Amino acid sequence: MELYVPILILAVLAAGFAIFSVGIAPFTGPARWNRAKLDAYECGIEPTPQPVGGGRFPLKYMITAMLFIVFDIEIIFLYPWAVAFDQLGLFGLVEMVLFIVTVLVAYAYVWRRRGLDWD
Amino acid sequence: MISAPTIEYLEIAPLLLVFGAAIIGVLVEAFAPRHLRSAFHIPLTLLAIAGAFVLTVLLAVDKTRTVAVMGALAIDGTTLFLWGTILVLAFISVLLMNDEGQFVAQAAAVPGSAEEQEAVLEGQAQTEVYPLALFAIGGMLIFPASNDLLMLFVALEVMSLPLYLLCGLARRRRLLSQEAAVKYFLLGAFSSGFLLYGIAMLYGYAGSLDLAKISAALGTVSGMDPLLVLGTALLGVGMLFKIGAAPFQAWKPDVYQGAPTPVTALMASGTLVAAFGALLRVFWVALGNLDWDWSPILWGVAILTMVIGVILAITQTDIKRMLAYSSIAHAGFLLTAFVATGGPEQNRVALSSILFYLAAYGVTTVGAFAVVTMVRDTGGEAGHLSRWAGLGKRSPILAGVFAFFLLAFAGIPLTSGFLGKYAVFQAAVAGGATPLVIVGVVTSAIAAFFYARVIVLMFFSEPAADGPVIAAPTVGTALVVALAATVTVVLGVLPQPMLDLAGAAARSLFVY
Repeated sequence: MELYVPILILAVLAAGFAIFSVGIAPFTGPARWNRAKLDAYECGIEPTPQPVGGGRFPLKYMITAMLFIVFDIEIIFLYPWAVAFDQLGLFGLVEMVLFIVTVLVAYAYVWRRRGLDWD
Repeated sequence: MISAPTIEYLEIAPLLLVFGAAIIGVLVEAFAPRHLRSAFHIPLTLLAIAGAFVLTVLLAVDKTRTVAVMGALAIDGTTLFLWGTILVLAFISVLLMNDEGQFVAQAAAVPGSAEEQEAVLEGQAQTEVYPLALFAIGGMLIFPASNDLLMLFVALEVMSLPLYLLCGLARRRRLLSQEAAVKYFLLGAFSSGFLLYGIAMLYGYAGSLDLAKISAALGTVSGMDPLLVLGTALLGVGMLFKIGAAPFQAWKPDVYQGAPTPVTALMASGTLVAAFGALLRVFWVALGNLDWDWSPILWGVAILTMVIGVILAITQTDIKRMLAYSSIAHAGFLLTAFVATGGPEQNRVALSSILFYLAAYGVTTVGAFAVVTMVRDTGGEAGHLSRWAGLGKRSPILAGVFAFFLLAFAGIPLTSGFLGKYAVFQAAVAGGATPLVIVGVVTSAIAAFFYARVIVLMFFSEPAADGPVIAAPTVGTALVVALAATVTVVLGVLPQPMLDLAGAAARSLFVY
């Protein structure tokens, strides 16, 4: 049980800090409102008001994020191989090339279908 | 020192062929001009599936029974039989997809919007369905062959993600189709979560993801039973969801109804075969020594599945929803043999009966959905049962074939459905699951009622004046109906070769 005491203390400290910060802010900070403060934080799309009939909303942020994840994952797989490529030999090289080719195919699809055009 | 893993390329050649063709399909989508795409896709997809089938047959003839890719895949008799079945079902489902009218012109367009009108007028078509179907089929092939829980999860996702997308691509009744896709995705993602949590717990218990090692750990690891029991239960939930067993069946009617009918055909046949194969392997190989613990629960699941399937099917007024509930009931019939484990001899009998049932039921299902695609109203397929009234007078042949498929579902003698059911129930009785068989026979009798009701409706009711028209079938659709009817007859009249094949596939049980 004693093992958990530090974790409990940490949780209490974290909760205390969060409540303290939020509680003290209205008293200490200046409150000057402008339009920008009402926008969604660091996100390109305003969720309200919705266009009539639901409308269409741009997917460009999502496609960018998806592409980022695809290449991020590619790098994650490349790192262990880069560390051990000398031990894995030709087999490792061939498999890695095959893996990169499949990622490239997905990339080519996005590129040809104009997923990389911003407008 | 890390040594490079070994990969048995020859043993997994069918998988490589299907996935390779899917990747080429994506390249076709990327680089071929729009009007040429389906001309590339259709031969590519069909040839890849046919080629994979030939490779599977060669592997089976070669008597290859081995664990491949560092223990991740088991290439044994069961796997090869299921691969052959899935590839045949996939081939005929893709033949159904070869009817461009089934799929949306532009999936991203809002239903009923100006953009959609424009896309229809331009004659656009969402030809991504072919590579997506190939990826899903590849996942279906890996799923029952997975000898490793991690592989199992990856296969499940590779199979499911393209299917979620395909569900939303119906040309008619777009909102229903999109609703089906969202429901399937949300519930499917939820069940994947259960599965993954179960996998994590079993790993915590056994210290390995390998099915054989989990099986070996069952007798030796002590003091961690909660992990084992919870892991088994969560894993079971995730997999029973995929076969649509009650109480995890809620998605099936909505998804089967909303999805484009060729996709429904692929899901109702291929996914069921793949998921049942995976369920068999996980529960019989990894958790086989635990059957005293999971078998009572699965008895309950089997009874619930059969009862809910047939009772709710009676109340349906839509033909696709009725077939969905019938598919739930059939999953229940299959489960009766699944729980009838015993000694190796009993397991062999049960396994071979399940294999035969899956093959027979799958082909009949694709045939039935192929008929559904041909009965059309002004707004697409005539789904409502009242529209099917008097179909026998308008088109005796089509109605006759459909009636025959329904009789096969009901399990009338001289159809493949009868022999499948007989084999499964016989195995269940031998395995000591007689009460389940009694429930199975009673529910089969109830099921026969709603199948017969459709037949009566088609042949003994007056056709409506503005009744649906029978669309002239494409070559593919006609071929599918003819093939499915032939297989249903042949397996009903001359079942012995297929029974022998299923018996031979089950002889060595599972390799692990």
